[in-house]
Amino acid sequence: MGRYVLRRVLQVVPALFVTSIIVFLMLHLTPGDPAYAILGLDATPQAIAALRTRMGFDQPLAVQYALWLKQLLHGDLGESFVSGSPVWTLIWMKFPATVELSTSALLIAILIALPGGLLSALRHKSGVDYTVTGFNAVALSVPTFWLGILLVMGVSLRLGWLPPSDRVPFLENPLGSLRHLLLPAVTLGIPISAALSRFLRTAVLEVINREYVRTARAKGLHESAILYRHALRNALIPVVTALGILMGQLLGGSVVVETVFDWPGLGRLMLISVLNKDFTVVQGTILFVVVIFVTINLLTDTLYAFLDPRVRYTNH
Amino acid sequence: MEETATPANARERQRLARRSQGLSVLVTVLKDRKGIIGAAITFVLLLVAVAAPWLAPYPPLEMYKGQELQPPSAQYWFGTDEFGRDNFSRIIYGSRISIAVGAAAVFLAGLVGVSTGLAAGYLGGRVDSIIMRAWDGLLAFPGVFLAIGVVAVLGPGPVNATLAVAIINVPIFARLARASTLSEKEKEYVEAALSMGASPSRVMLRAILPNCLPSILVQMTLGVPQAILVEAALAFLGLGTQPPLPSWGTMLQSARAFMMRSAWYPIFPGAAITLLVLALSLFGDSLRDALDPTQRR
Repeated sequence: MGRYVLRRVLQVVPALFVTSIIVFLMLHLTPGDPAYAILGLDATPQAIAALRTRMGFDQPLAVQYALWLKQLLHGDLGESFVSGSPVWTLIWMKFPATVELSTSALLIAILIALPGGLLSALRHKSGVDYTVTGFNAVALSVPTFWLGILLVMGVSLRLGWLPPSDRVPFLENPLGSLRHLLLPAVTLGIPISAALSRFLRTAVLEVINREYVRTARAKGLHESAILYRHALRNALIPVVTALGILMGQLLGGSVVVETVFDWPGLGRLMLISVLNKDFTVVQGTILFVVVIFVTINLLTDTLYAFLDPRVRYTNH
Repeated sequence: MEETATPANARERQRLARRSQGLSVLVTVLKDRKGIIGAAITFVLLLVAVAAPWLAPYPPLEMYKGQELQPPSAQYWFGTDEFGRDNFSRIIYGSRISIAVGAAAVFLAGLVGVSTGLAAGYLGGRVDSIIMRAWDGLLAFPGVFLAIGVVAVLGPGPVNATLAVAIINVPIFARLARASTLSEKEKEYVEAALSMGASPSRVMLRAILPNCLPSILVQMTLGVPQAILVEAALAFLGLGTQPPLPSWGTMLQSARAFMMRSAWYPIFPGAAITLLVLALSLFGDSLRDALDPTQRR
């Protein structure tokens, strides 16, 4: 087990290295001089020259990368061009909102997908199955921003049940916080639920025709015991790996959903920084999200290996 | 081996076999309920995109003073926007951007991904690890973040949005092509081709590639609707197609600002995206089932 985890960690390192190069190059691949990109085209030559020395733009690219990486490994993401505050501070301020939104969206997705996926597999090719499959196909095709706008128009503006935007910290006002959270979480959760429900349906269908399920049935085991002890347990294993992929969709989807609901998370920070050409913040946010994403994938893979010993012993 | 196989008639026979295989796949898709619905809607929407100038009742950029934010009527089927432009005409023209960007992005990603994946799988060794490590680096990004990052570098606009969507799809095609190549490489026909003195590039392009093509085609068909969703999201965020050009994503961006005054406005562009994405996904699902019956659920 320990060796498996170590191997996976070692596989991640080169990917993170490549990522860091890509993110570093972002600033240098922008058309034109990065100093102009930061200060604007009407900056004086003196200001440009000063900035180039301060940021080290006059050094060779490889040297710049080495310096940047060294800074990075010390936990220094630089400062925002626009507000001057450290990028770390900005990210830490927005991170809780994104965690809150994505975990509740994931929870909602699981609550919808678990009964949906199970029922459609157990009642294969029945009316229930077709309904769930149809719902999934539509839910995966609806753009989240449209779904969000429709929910705001219906539930907030017309019915007045829930607030249309903004976030309230949980500790200040628990009920208000949940009321603000519900619509964005549902919007983000619905496409994820559809993907999850599909995975689950396939996994259960795969398991249900296996010999051990037939054996369990043949020896007269109760249907519910067959279902929970034999079928579901084995079906959930591949679903765990799917969770890692879904986290990527969750993080990506959060950019759009945070925009629709004015949710003050990382996605919003990223978008505003892109529009302001605030490159250090863009770089910092992307790196942060990548590290989170990679870590989650590592954790789900470890969990997978823990649940399914076969994974640990095969080399791939 | 039966009879004498001259290279020319062997190739002819191969071509015919492939064509009849393609035909039977098409028939299977069209007999499948998902497949026929998806194909029919996709076909209609393609026609709409091609025939936009003849179908649209008004020019998509023309502003009619005093007609701002009208609800749907006999005159303006889908109402008008905040500048008094006809939403129905704008949605018809918007189909062009969605379809063009989605198809171009996936084609580009397929081209780069398949060629590098094929080379990586066939050549192996150091080439393989360098190419695949690079693409793995891209896979470490959640897709939408990578796309936004690319647009941050290149600047907003439909062409750069296409590139952004293409880049996030490249690793998927590269992995697929590499995996298929690895399993095809071991088969006897490759050995046969090599023993007849075929060059590596000939083996890759003429022997291995055609055999990997079905799964690549399925991935392309399933990739287009996803690409269309990402393009619409970029446009909605203000990073894709820019106003005044009519794209479904930008229409929703403006509609969001006016949803208090006009509840009709956001309905149609969103419905258009959903319809196109759904149709393409149904078609793609059905195509996958037809080409690979073991995957059928």
